[in-house]
Order: sequence, then structure tokens, then C-alpha cells
Amino acid sequence: MTDLVVRGGALLVDGVERRADVRVVDGVIAEVGADLGGGTVLDAGGCWVLPGFVDLHTHLRQPGREEAETVETGARAAALGGFTAVVAMPNTSPCMDSAGVVREVLELGREAACEVLASAAITVDRAGEALAPMAELAALGVRIFTDDGTGVQDDRLMRRALEYARGLGVTLAQHCEVTSLSEGTCMHEGAWSSRLGLPGQPAEAEELMVMRDIALARLTGGRIHFQHLSTAGSVAMVRAARAAGLPVTAEATTHHLLLTDACVASYDPVFKVHPPLRTDADVAAVRAGLADGTIDAVATDHAPHTTEDKERPFDQAPPGMLGLETALALLLTDVVGEADPAADGPPPVTLARTLDALTARPAAIAGIADRHGGPVAPGRPANLCVVDPAAVWTVDPLRSASRSRNTPYAGRRLTGRVRHTISGGVPVVIDGEARR
Amino acid sequence: MRHLLSIADLGADGITEVLELTDAFVEVSARAIPKVPALRGRTVAWLFYEDSTRTRLSFEAAARRLSADTMNFSVGSSSVNKGESLLDTARTIQAMGVDCIVVRHGSAGVPWQLARWLDCSVVNAGDGWHEHPTQALLDCYTLRAHLGSLADRHVVIVGDIVHSRVARSNVAAFTALGATVTLVAPPTLLPAHLDGWPVAVSHDLDAVLPTADVVYLLRMQLERQHEALVPSLREYTATYGLTARRAARLGAEALIMHPGPMNRGVEIAAEVADLPRSVVLEQVSNGVAVRMAVLFLLLGADPPSSAPDPTEATP
Repeated sequence: MTDLVVRGGALLVDGVERRADVRVVDGVIAEVGADLGGGTVLDAGGCWVLPGFVDLHTHLRQPGREEAETVETGARAAALGGFTAVVAMPNTSPCMDSAGVVREVLELGREAACEVLASAAITVDRAGEALAPMAELAALGVRIFTDDGTGVQDDRLMRRALEYARGLGVTLAQHCEVTSLSEGTCMHEGAWSSRLGLPGQPAEAEELMVMRDIALARLTGGRIHFQHLSTAGSVAMVRAARAAGLPVTAEATTHHLLLTDACVASYDPVFKVHPPLRTDADVAAVRAGLADGTIDAVATDHAPHTTEDKERPFDQAPPGMLGLETALALLLTDVVGEADPAADGPPPVTLARTLDALTARPAAIAGIADRHGGPVAPGRPANLCVVDPAAVWTVDPLRSASRSRNTPYAGRRLTGRVRHTISGGVPVVIDGEARR
Repeated sequence: MRHLLSIADLGADGITEVLELTDAFVEVSARAIPKVPALRGRTVAWLFYEDSTRTRLSFEAAARRLSADTMNFSVGSSSVNKGESLLDTARTIQAMGVDCIVVRHGSAGVPWQLARWLDCSVVNAGDGWHEHPTQALLDCYTLRAHLGSLADRHVVIVGDIVHSRVARSNVAAFTALGATVTLVAPPTLLPAHLDGWPVAVSHDLDAVLPTADVVYLLRMQLERQHEALVPSLREYTATYGLTARRAARLGAEALIMHPGPMNRGVEIAAEVADLPRSVVLEQVSNGVAVRMAVLFLLLGADPPSSAPDPTEATP
């Protein structure tokens, strides 16, 4: 019997702090209350004791690009960021479109610092031509299917995929991008792309596919999760679809809540992401979507790339940036605000909504609400993170647990840091140091 | 000045400084032995990832007339074809002890990346669709020679603006010197968002020609018709080409410019290209003197503000 007590912290119930110790026995929360005793003690003085975070969108690069990331290093970065579950994207090499590759990733995940869930491709080799063996993959536990990195272009194939997925009770997650409008582009099409002489893709490249998929969700009753929404138009369409009762959910990345296409003026490929960084107005709309729940979840789209790859010319460098270790602190530092009835302008993203978007909502979308996403209550599996909301730290890429260094936040001073992470009852991060 | 990456880096004062210095180098170029020792002992390397005979030769002539040593890193036959990265290539060249790298690359922003990585000077000789500052400087010099000043002059730039580094640099340079600029092109060949550009836009060349002091034609590439940007080159010529009939609508003093290479019969009619008001070849010869001025400003021993005499005779 293992026995662990998280002592001196506070639970957050609807955003309100409530002092409580948490006792964990054999991987399960045994007791929540005052002055608990027990075996190993983790100090949580001045900290929040939260459900571990769930990332719906993580690139672990294994198999195929182990020089950029592995399941082990990516999961360690996740644990350091407070995540106790990540959904591994299928654009590996070979692609996660068969039982063999999915089994390999799940097997590697068993030793990892957080729970590693496998997504799988909707189509064979993510080529958009034939359906992957979805029933066989669902039987292995896959709950999210996506061709992430590209969207399913063919309307009829997407319709059939949605219908077939409905029969399996799984969710299709879509990277919305009409490639005939985006091919050959490397940033958002707008005032900055025009000035910088870089080929841009319009917001409509994303929005046309969001529009089509909402129509197909209506047609088929299949569940669609929209990945990394980046434009004001996409948020508005998803909001309307939800109001109409359609089974659609959505995520936004940390960087689409924070950064704009103006960053590209440096021509530093660290700012090249997919979908591209958009305008101030888009960032405001994505934040408003997060505030009112249209954007269910914040995802990292943690996308490691080697330094060599990110030292190529901007238009030739691969898209993506790291995200797992900085997501929470960035949200606490730059996104979370409290409602001020006297203030004009859009409603702020509250702390409670932000944590919901990192925990309960993504856990429900990933189909793991039985063990992730909270609440912190007796009988629940002990997937927890302990956050010091006052800790100030500086992002140092060289200290990242990731194999890659492509963070755009190097040198940023952030407030709020993960102190401990407990995955399945095991303290995998103690005082900011990974133990697994 | 350490690098020349964009016209914005120079500003109106910087442009004027280059143009004034160019006068001295035009004089050098006219001598029987057009050579001065201003950059003796300095080494300039060419790093051209895109074919460019005229720009490279122009820079090379400029460097040699200043007595600089030159090295040509020929990308087509080099380690780049063996997979060497941009950073490794640039560091390798720097390690050979160069003072300046003149770079042309098909990707916008590469000169900025090199300037971040390297200690030597970097001159942008064209990056993707983005900037070509020495072309803009030689165009300004050519115009100044004919018009005295660009202030309140009307320059009409016609053609494939969106894919043109020449257009981006020239809009910045001409407007910095006080000119009014009108871009004339079908919407498919204009940047999608012109917010903040100090220009007027027209889709009717005939309407703007009578008020033009300068018509600046851009090269129309054959591929554009395959990208559905124009239905055909024939239709492009009919609507946006400077035909003899259109050239006749120009004011008596109006000039015709082109950065070359010209597509005679497409954006410019053959007989128009050869009119006395066409200053295309002057642009080319001024290019050498302008590039001498740029290299001298970046690498010359005396700071430019101390009024150097670069024309001092060779001992």
C-alpha cells in the first residue's frame, strides 16, 4: 500500500480557494480534509491542488522523429506542465493508422510520466483517400480520430467517416484547412503577409472547412471536435452550431490566445505554426470564445522540431512550437482576468473557466472523465497537479524536458508554476523536478 | 550602417545619403581606369541562391572598382546541394574572413536570419517577394538624375506587384522621397491587404497614364497564367501592357522604367522599350555606382558622415 499526503494546499471550487489536505492511497484519492497524516508528505503550502490537466493535442513524434521528441521526453514535459494525460497526434512516421503503430505508442506510454492516449488517423496514411480501420483501432482504446496536420478534404469521405464513427461512439477531430486555398503558404494572409512578402493563407481556408463540417455534423449526427481554431469566423460558427444543439466541440491553442501574425516580422521560424498566427481581432475572438465556453478546451499543439529544422528559411521551416511546459503559466500570466462589472469590453476569461478548459472539458472530449479532469474528491483516481500561483520564473529553453527547443517564449517572465504532479497516484514531478 | 536589409532601414535621409555618395562613384565609373582603392583588403562574398546574372555582375563590378576582393559562393555547384543548411553555409563563408555577404534568396527574410547569426555585414540583393533595396536605390538615382527631385512626382508601378520585391522596395523608396505612387494591376496581382501602404490603386492603366511622370513596368512571368492569376498573357498585355498606343498617351516628359529582364511584347512593347524616354539601360549603369556607394558606406574606413573622398587616385 502506498500512502501520500498533499499537505497545506487549497482546492479550487468554482474558482474559490478552500484549504484542504489530500490523502492518496494506492493511486486513489482516499480522503480530502483538514490536517491529514500519512506516509510521504508533499508540501503544498500556498498552492492550489488541482485535477491534472488534459492536453487534447500533443505531438510526441515517436515513431519516426525521435531526434525531435519521444513519448518519454514529451510525457515528461507534459508532467512538468501539470498534465496527467495527453492525446498523442497520429502524424508520426509511420502514421498511427494501424493497430501495430497505435499499440507501439501505447506500449511506450506505459512507462511515461503521464497517461499517453493514442489518437489515430481517420484515413490511411492521412492521405484523405480511404478510411483507416477505425473499429479495430477503437477496440484498442482510441477515442479520437484525426488526420491532424491536414484536414479531410473530400466531402463524401468526411461524411462517411462521421457516420462510421457514430456507430463506434468515437469523436472525429478535424484540422480545418482547405488545402486548395492554403497550399504553398506559410503565414496568415493579411496586412503583415502583404508587407513581408510571404505567401499567406486567408482565414477562410480554415472557416470553409469549419462551415462544411458543421453541415456534415448536422447531416450525420456524428461528433466533431474542431482542433486549434484560430479565426473569429470559426469561433462564431461554432458558437452558432452549439446554440443549434449540434454535437460539436472545439479547442484553441495557447499561442492562438496570445500571439499574432505581427510576430512573423522577425522572420524567425519559431513563430511559424499551423494554423498560422492570426490578427489581434482573431485573438480577441478566440479569447471571447474561451470565456463563454464556445472554445471548450485549451490545447497546447506541442509540436517539437529540431533546431536545424527551425533554422531554415521561414517558408521552408516546418510549422509548430513547444507548449506543454509553458501553457498554464502563460494562461495565468496573460489570459486569466476577473470579471469587473464596471469595465466595458468583452468578458474576461475567468480562472475557473481556464481551469475547466484544462481539465474537465478536455477529459470529457477525450473520453477519460472517469479518471481525469476532476473533481478532487475521495474515490477518484489520483491524477493531480499542485500549482504555486505566485511563483515567478523565466522560460529557459535549455531547461526544457523536451528534446526540442522551439519555444517562442524564451526569456519571458511568467507568474504561476507547477510544483508537483501526481499521475495515477505516483508523484512524477516533485518541487518542479521530474521524477520519471 | 552595418547591414542593408530594407529601404525602411535607410529612411529618407539614408536614401539621400546613398544617392549623394553615388554621384562620386558615377564619376569614378566614367574614368579611363574606373578603379579606386577605397575597399582594398576588404572581402565581399556573393551568396546567390537564385539565378541572377545582372544583379550579381553589377555587385561584382562595384566591388572590383572599389578594389575589394570578392568570393563567389556558387550555390548550384556547392555543398548546399549536398544538404548543407543555410546557417552552416553562412558560418562557413564567414569563417573564411569575409567582411560582407551579399545574399539573394528565394525565401523572404533570409537576409534578416543571416544578420542575426553573423558578425559581418549583410546586403540584401533580393529576398523572395519581399525587398530588393539596391534596385530601389538605383531607380531613385536614375529618377533624380532626370527629374531633379521625386517630390510630388507621380510614379505609376504596373504589373505583378504581389510577387515583386522590386515593387515593395520601390514603394517605400519613392514615397520616402516624396513621390505619389499608384499601383496598377488586376486585383489578383496585388497584395491581399494594402492597409498602411502609402499608395493609390487603380485597375485602369489608361486612366492614370496622362498624369504619370514615370511608368515603372514589372516583369510579367509566364507562370502567372497557370496559377489563374490572369486568364492569359495576351489578355494581360491588352489590359496592362505598355503598348505603343498607350505610350502615346504619356506626357511629353514622362519616363519609362523596367528592372529587367524585359518581356518584350508582354508588359512592354518592343518599340516602346527602345523609345528615348525609356531609361532601362541607364538604370543598369547607375546600378554599379549605387552598389559602390552601398558597399562603401558599409565597409569604407571613414564613416560616411565625415565626407569621405572615395575618388582619391590610386597611388
